[in-house]
Amino acid sequence: MPSDTILSDTALSAVWLTLRLATVTTLLLFLIGTPIAWWLARTRCWLKAPVGAMVALPLVLPPTVIGFYLLVVMGPQGPVGQLTQALGLGVLPFTFWGLVVGSVLYSMPFVVQPLQNAFDAIGERPLEVAATLRAGPWDTFFSVVLPLARPGFITAGILGFAHTVGEFGVVLMIGGNIPDQTRVVSVQIYDHVEAQEYAQAHWLSAGMLAFSFVVLLLLYLFNPNGRRR
Amino acid sequence: MSEAVTIRARFRVAHPGFVLDVDLQLPGRGVSALFGASGSGKTTCLRAIAGLEHAPGGYLSVNGEVWQDDSRGVFLPTHQRPLGYVFQEASLFPHLSIRRNLEYGMRRVPVAARRVSLDQAVELLGIAPLLDRMPDKLSGGEKQRVAIARALAASPRILLMDEPLAALDLKRKNEILPYLERLHGELDIPVLYVSHAPDEVARLADHLVVLEQGRALASGPLGETLARLDLPIRLGEDAGVVLEGEVAELDAEWHLARVAFAGGSLWVRDSGVPVGQHVRVRILARDVSIAQDAHTDSSILNILPACVEQLADDTHPALALVRLNAGGVPLVARITRRSAARLQLRPGQTVWAQIKAVALVG
Repeated sequence: MPSDTILSDTALSAVWLTLRLATVTTLLLFLIGTPIAWWLARTRCWLKAPVGAMVALPLVLPPTVIGFYLLVVMGPQGPVGQLTQALGLGVLPFTFWGLVVGSVLYSMPFVVQPLQNAFDAIGERPLEVAATLRAGPWDTFFSVVLPLARPGFITAGILGFAHTVGEFGVVLMIGGNIPDQTRVVSVQIYDHVEAQEYAQAHWLSAGMLAFSFVVLLLLYLFNPNGRRR
Repeated sequence: MSEAVTIRARFRVAHPGFVLDVDLQLPGRGVSALFGASGSGKTTCLRAIAGLEHAPGGYLSVNGEVWQDDSRGVFLPTHQRPLGYVFQEASLFPHLSIRRNLEYGMRRVPVAARRVSLDQAVELLGIAPLLDRMPDKLSGGEKQRVAIARALAASPRILLMDEPLAALDLKRKNEILPYLERLHGELDIPVLYVSHAPDEVARLADHLVVLEQGRALASGPLGETLARLDLPIRLGEDAGVVLEGEVAELDAEWHLARVAFAGGSLWVRDSGVPVGQHVRVRILARDVSIAQDAHTDSSILNILPACVEQLADDTHPALALVRLNAGGVPLVARITRRSAARLQLRPGQTVWAQIKAVALVG
């Protein structure tokens, strides 16, 4: 590994993989998290508290715990592993899509909670108004809820993406360290440090630091909540 | 009842501490006011008619269309009911310009079913200068006018209004009332108007439903219902009648206008209403006194011959309510029981009604 270039090919491929993983994860989280957040914001069902707690679990659990259970469940003997094998998809651990599954679960609260807050803030009235103006539930969701919850979606997207980029423990447990497959930036940094390649570790770490700062800066600059009104 | 029934609403809603139990028959034209104190169930009733709340076991038909009949499993969701709804707060969509707000409902109505054009709604509510603004740039009164126009632009078969003026101060209120009166005059859309303000009811309503603790105490044409002696008790200081008439003459010297109605004439302050204009006047029971002779030596301008129809106790033991018939038009007088005894008032007796104050309400 040439130590004189700023970013080696392996490091660049780790960056590229990280961005790909974060993008796919964020898109999936919008698809999965939006209905969950909507349901949590609107339901009066007793399941609201248990489901809310489930979604929030990654906030408090060590990533290794999540990674361990995913490994067990998605492994060749686990129920999900049996299913994916039966479907001809093989087993997910130590693949890119295994990482995606882990990241979706791990970053779920960072998407669901801002969305749920945004939906809560809209309240009942705009939905009732839309209904009295002939808009059905889907129509109302797209013409009223989505535009009004836009700041929530921006926050959710940024947080979900950034949190996935910063993930390490889950990746290490279920992804291992396979170039182009599962070796993301955080793992690459770990490798560099293990190998005492401090210069490379510095470049990647500084990149992550700058990226994280810019992301949070954007969040604080563009999130209208608390800034205007 | 002389009015044709076209709205039939039967709801029973039981919450802890609140019961709504009504079976209403309302006319399919003009303004029907649902009047009552807060907690009387009037808003719940309106929301049930809109389908925003589901009153199990209820029945609702509007102009021959059944919107809810739980005995047959019929419950049209709100967005499939051709209605307009104006909430207490204007509730404009903050992300849409005024024009887009107005178009929101209209665009969801098939072209063939549109009966009110956008231009018509804009003109009726006088909001043309506001069209390209955003809702947060409007005053409370302007917002509420836009909300009313938005409801109208969806060509409703019935317009439901839930205290549309309650959140506004008196000035804004007076800014909107003339527009509401215009709706009344220019559109043939029945209106259900929820209010706890007797002055709004007097000004706008044609049909009055009085609700108390979830039950309808009375339902009938405004004039007749206001003159019922079992209801003024509930209206308290606002007990009184509303008469319809026409401006017959202006007295330029004394700045007075003569309003002619079926039972005679009343002089009111000239407020610039032209001769021939149809007007409503409101006479509060506390402003009507009774005399056995026509006094010409008093300051009171309006003295009408009338016949005593009914006497009833008022809430305070010192007071009595008297219903009078002035040439076919009902009046209600609030007098002391001592006066009633001194004048030996009894049904059938001919007296003079002295009217101290007459308010032109529209």
